[in-house]
Amino acid sequence: MKYVLHRIAHTVVLLLAVSIFSFLLLTLAPGKPFDEMRTNPQVSSATIAAERMRYGLDRPIVERYFYWGKGLLHGDAGFSFSYGMDVRSFIWAPTRNTLLLTITATILAWLISIPIGIWCATSNGAIDRVTGLATSLLVSLPEPFLALCLLYVALRLKYTPIGGMSSLDFDAFSIGGKVLDLMRHLFLPVLILVFAILPVLVRHIRASMLDVLRAPYIEAARLGGVRRMRVIWRLAAPAAANPIFPFVGFSIGYLLSVSLIVEVIMQWPGLGPLFLESIYSRDLFVVVDVVLLSTLFMVVGNLIADLLLYWNDPRIRLS
Amino acid sequence: MRHLSLLRISVAVIASFYLVAIAAEFFAPYGFAVSDREHTNCPPTRIHVVDESGHWHLRPFVYRYVELPGELESYQEVRSQRYPLEFFIQGAKYKFANILSGRRHLFGVASPASIFIFGTDEYGRDQLSRFIYGARISLIVGTLAAAVALFIGLGVGALCGTFGGWVDVVIMRFTELFMALPWLYLLLAVRAILPLRTSASVSLLILLSVVALVGWAKPARLFRGVILSAQELDFVVAASVIGGGKWYVFRRHVLPQTGSLLLTQAALLIPQFVIAEVTLSFLGLGVGEPIPSWGSILAPLARYESLALHWWLVLPVCAVVPLFFSYHEVTSILQRDDIPPMM
Repeated sequence: MKYVLHRIAHTVVLLLAVSIFSFLLLTLAPGKPFDEMRTNPQVSSATIAAERMRYGLDRPIVERYFYWGKGLLHGDAGFSFSYGMDVRSFIWAPTRNTLLLTITATILAWLISIPIGIWCATSNGAIDRVTGLATSLLVSLPEPFLALCLLYVALRLKYTPIGGMSSLDFDAFSIGGKVLDLMRHLFLPVLILVFAILPVLVRHIRASMLDVLRAPYIEAARLGGVRRMRVIWRLAAPAAANPIFPFVGFSIGYLLSVSLIVEVIMQWPGLGPLFLESIYSRDLFVVVDVVLLSTLFMVVGNLIADLLLYWNDPRIRLS
Repeated sequence: MRHLSLLRISVAVIASFYLVAIAAEFFAPYGFAVSDREHTNCPPTRIHVVDESGHWHLRPFVYRYVELPGELESYQEVRSQRYPLEFFIQGAKYKFANILSGRRHLFGVASPASIFIFGTDEYGRDQLSRFIYGARISLIVGTLAAAVALFIGLGVGALCGTFGGWVDVVIMRFTELFMALPWLYLLLAVRAILPLRTSASVSLLILLSVVALVGWAKPARLFRGVILSAQELDFVVAASVIGGGKWYVFRRHVLPQTGSLLLTQAALLIPQFVIAEVTLSFLGLGVGEPIPSWGSILAPLARYESLALHWWLVLPVCAVVPLFFSYHEVTSILQRDDIPPMM
């Protein structure tokens, strides 16, 4: 229990630190509010000072940080100048779309990579070598390139719809049709994300599994006549899982990054295009909110990884 | 032994990429901004060895491409005249590093024919030349950023490892902050606070510093670990016991222990940082047009029409695979601990 509390406290401190970092990002960015007014000869400096006071810009930076943080905790995520409305009023749809993409890809990637990794570790020879080569090739392809290659193949095959999140006549579909349409649009981006992370996961699962299989207790179990499947899944896999759990957090963070690229390429209406657009137009509140959201997801992913480790490793649970 | 020869091949591949990038003026048949308005979106030039009448030629040759009358961007070979492929051909004048000027290019064909091995882009610029010049930007940014990140990482790691105490705690918490964000979001966030439209050299500097700033945290943690464990080694303890000064012991005994980590991290970070540069330029946050980088020459592909119609625009993607594959091989060989020491 102490371990869990410690991890949660750690997460909270980290989030606080990231919020300070983001606030500094907001204030350190070149260009100050009312710079445009300053160039206007009709606006007196007294007016600008009054405006600055009205928005609290004359206060010390620490006080402004607390004011901003308080607003954030109350769900006030700032004002988007290019959209002309509060950030919170439009940020949820992109967030939901990104999470849909990333979480689907994370779950699928783990479901695929665990059997492959274990299979590679337990069957030596040709399979292991072919998978090794395939993962090396995939690992050495930069993510934007991988995305473009798969996109090119998909364009040739013309099997899945390309780009966007729904068909033009989406609203006319029944519920089942809507789900099917969404899944068809989800297929290619998820495939790219899975291909991007699969080699990393397979390699680590394989390595960790090989480590455990060399342990004396596995040999003892084998010699003692325990069935092969039972040795692999019941005796070796749980022990091999412990060094793998940190990769749960890693995979979420990594897939968030890759999904940014994929979203931009595939015009998926997620956080990626929003983030990029807000950088181009210097819409700093949106930039900061997206950064905070992405951090939140990654930190939560790490927390889940810690909890999984706690649940699986009796050495931590009982200490 | 197999690993050693694999290592040699990989290092040779990496070195040749750098060589081509450094001497881009010589290796690229055309300049990166030279646009041939009569050959926009032209497919790769076919290289022949057999001519119309069925004769074989020892020297490969190309035909001139002309646009089909009435059809936009469809090209046809003019089979009446052959243009042999020539090596060390006199071409457009260039100045290398502002000192050496020359006209020789590795290969090319006599005008009015032209050779576009990777085809041309929408402005009729040779994709291969842009790829070669783009290697310069991408590799320079990636390599220098890795060097800077490793330098900072080593410095910070040494600081934490030798001083310990609250300095160590504060800095290590600080590195966690850098690792708590998804790297691309962090990269873009740091990029966001810097000016967007700048001159080429400033953008290059911005790219370099952004990538290095985002990437120093992880090596710093690793260096700290190695330095901490190196200080426990018997001969290091002995060196300080017999009266070696702190700085002397660090420089003479502790620092050399980080050598192998430095090498492995370099082989790991350089490709990562090249990818970071490629990603930033791909998203339009790199060095502006017309200067190419591996990311910006791929940016038009994000529009499906151009990807569907112009398959040759994917060729640069395939061309970088050997480089990244070699870096990957070097890293995995360096990380193995069963290599026999080279004698």
